[in-house]
Amino acid sequence: MTGHEIRHQQTRTSPWPMFAALGGIAMLSGFLVVLVYQVTRPMIARNQRQAIMAAISRVIPGAVRNRAFVVTDSGLRPAKKGETGDIIYAGYDKDGKLAGIAARAAAQGYADMIYMLYGYDPKCRCIRGMKVLKMTETPGLGDRIKTDPAFVANFEALDARLDESGRKLAHPIVTVKHGSKRHPWEIDAISGATISSRAVGKALNASAQRLLPKIAPYIDTLRESKP
Amino acid sequence: MSKKDGITWETFADGLWRDNPVLVMLLGLCPTLAVSNSAINSLSMGLATTFVLISSGALISLLRRFIPRQVRIATYIVIIATFVTMVDYTIQAISLDLYNALGAFIQLIVVNCIILGRAEAYASKNPLGKTVVNALGMGTGFTLALFTLGAIREILGAGSLFGVDLFGPSFEPWVVMILPPGGFIVLSLMLLAFNFINARAGRKIEQSEGCSHAA
Amino acid sequence: MQPDSLIFIFLNAALMNNFVLALFLGLCPFLGVSGKLETAVPMGLATSFVMLVSSLCAYVINLILVRYDIEFLRLIAYIAVIASAVQLVEMTMKKYTPGLFRSLGIFLPLITTNCAILGLALFQTFKHYDFFQSVVYALGAGAGFTLAIALMAGLREKLDLSDVPGIAKGAALSLMLGGLLSLSFMGFAGLGGAH
Repeated sequence: MTGHEIRHQQTRTSPWPMFAALGGIAMLSGFLVVLVYQVTRPMIARNQRQAIMAAISRVIPGAVRNRAFVVTDSGLRPAKKGETGDIIYAGYDKDGKLAGIAARAAAQGYADMIYMLYGYDPKCRCIRGMKVLKMTETPGLGDRIKTDPAFVANFEALDARLDESGRKLAHPIVTVKHGSKRHPWEIDAISGATISSRAVGKALNASAQRLLPKIAPYIDTLRESKP
Repeated sequence: MSKKDGITWETFADGLWRDNPVLVMLLGLCPTLAVSNSAINSLSMGLATTFVLISSGALISLLRRFIPRQVRIATYIVIIATFVTMVDYTIQAISLDLYNALGAFIQLIVVNCIILGRAEAYASKNPLGKTVVNALGMGTGFTLALFTLGAIREILGAGSLFGVDLFGPSFEPWVVMILPPGGFIVLSLMLLAFNFINARAGRKIEQSEGCSHAA
Repeated sequence: MQPDSLIFIFLNAALMNNFVLALFLGLCPFLGVSGKLETAVPMGLATSFVMLVSSLCAYVINLILVRYDIEFLRLIAYIAVIASAVQLVEMTMKKYTPGLFRSLGIFLPLITTNCAILGLALFQTFKHYDFFQSVVYALGAGAGFTLAIALMAGLREKLDLSDVPGIAKGAALSLMLGGLLSLSFMGFAGLGGAH
């Protein structure tokens, strides 16, 4: 113990061992972190690409390839790597034809935010698919928005036409009480999970109202820009 | 514990039962209970924590003569944070689904009191071999306890284990078990069982309350 | 309520996704310092204060990290800066407000290793909160923590008077109480739902 105390005394008089230790550790940890970051970065990027492609092919039937675009006030432009903002994905089938457009939507659900991806089909001007990306809804109740077959069937052809002005949807997408769906733009809620169902409707409506009018003039551009 | 002692069975096995980090010391619950709602999540969390426990213990044990006392905690934290960042990227590279399920809780391993506690109480005083064996034991005890918790919660709350359905469609799951209250209640029942077994065996094990003593 | 409105962020952090009872963060002091109401409340307040300080630190650090594209250093930077900031606050308090220091000071070292602090910093980053949202999020999390620990202390003071079997004494009983509290807080979950 005496050796320890002597060392203790010395370090009190001189701060250099402390600087040396902290500096050395900082160098070492910086080196290790950068090393792991460099090694794993391509793998993580590949995983993310695969995850996005898998989600896109769920919401756009037949899509095998995709290109990402950023929606801006002045139109669409190809997304750069790691870009944030309003990203949409144009999905192309195996012949290179435009199969649909996927976009993100989010709304507050019962427990926390629900994040989803939906596919818009320019031919029928409707939403063809919806996939929940992330949620923490109550298991067995709210999380049925992901699994309930009747609820998922709402998104086989959910009407999302624009009105004559082309600036908003002809009919806003709404969630209606279970069993009272009358129109193709309505979503039939799950009974017992009304709040979660409504959140999906709200998210889709908000996202479609905002993005589709901006995308619509450029559908032909998307058709031509094959991946 | 004399410092001259070599590596014995106890160096490893203390962490499994007598000093089990979860059941006796109640350490490291904070960031881990949140992801104990299924067997696979709790197992991966346990393994990630074990890895950080062993590697940071090893490095601290190697450097223990060069780290001045006054800055030891800062150094330990930087070392631990480094290994946790490495685990974080590795899990992202292995499986994004797992990464999304664990969320920010992987990064919260840094403040898992068990790791800093072991660094201060054991790794800074013991040679490399002993530290690694002890960390392995602690990590195993931690992983086993967490895995048991996760498995019980998944079996009762979802009627499945590792996502495989166990009881068929007639089973009505106790949803509350995979919700936050289930985590508290199942862990409490596990502590009761642990205390009961020890009382029957006539062993006296003092449980601590929270990690207040570790700081 | 809009999910990014300030009042919603506050309620969300305090009640719906309470740090202790829904996210299991800060369990250590929740179990360790909840024996008496008169220590539990100062502990909650001290934690809220540290949360506010570290939330501000984390916001600034994140701006720097994003600016220079070195986000892989986030965790190391957060933990190092938060620990130092708390220590600085502690020293300043000791010098200029010794009265406040005496009532809160004993808890400050405990708080640095509290998962709720780092959790708050990480969550606000992942949720991309701006400056005011971060501040309100920190205040909400602090209020939620104080509420949880005060409720727990009130329950445990009553329990001291009752007859409990030996194997259930201590942590097992506290956790069971935590489970019941958590169950009742589940009732807040739908508060922000779409109407």
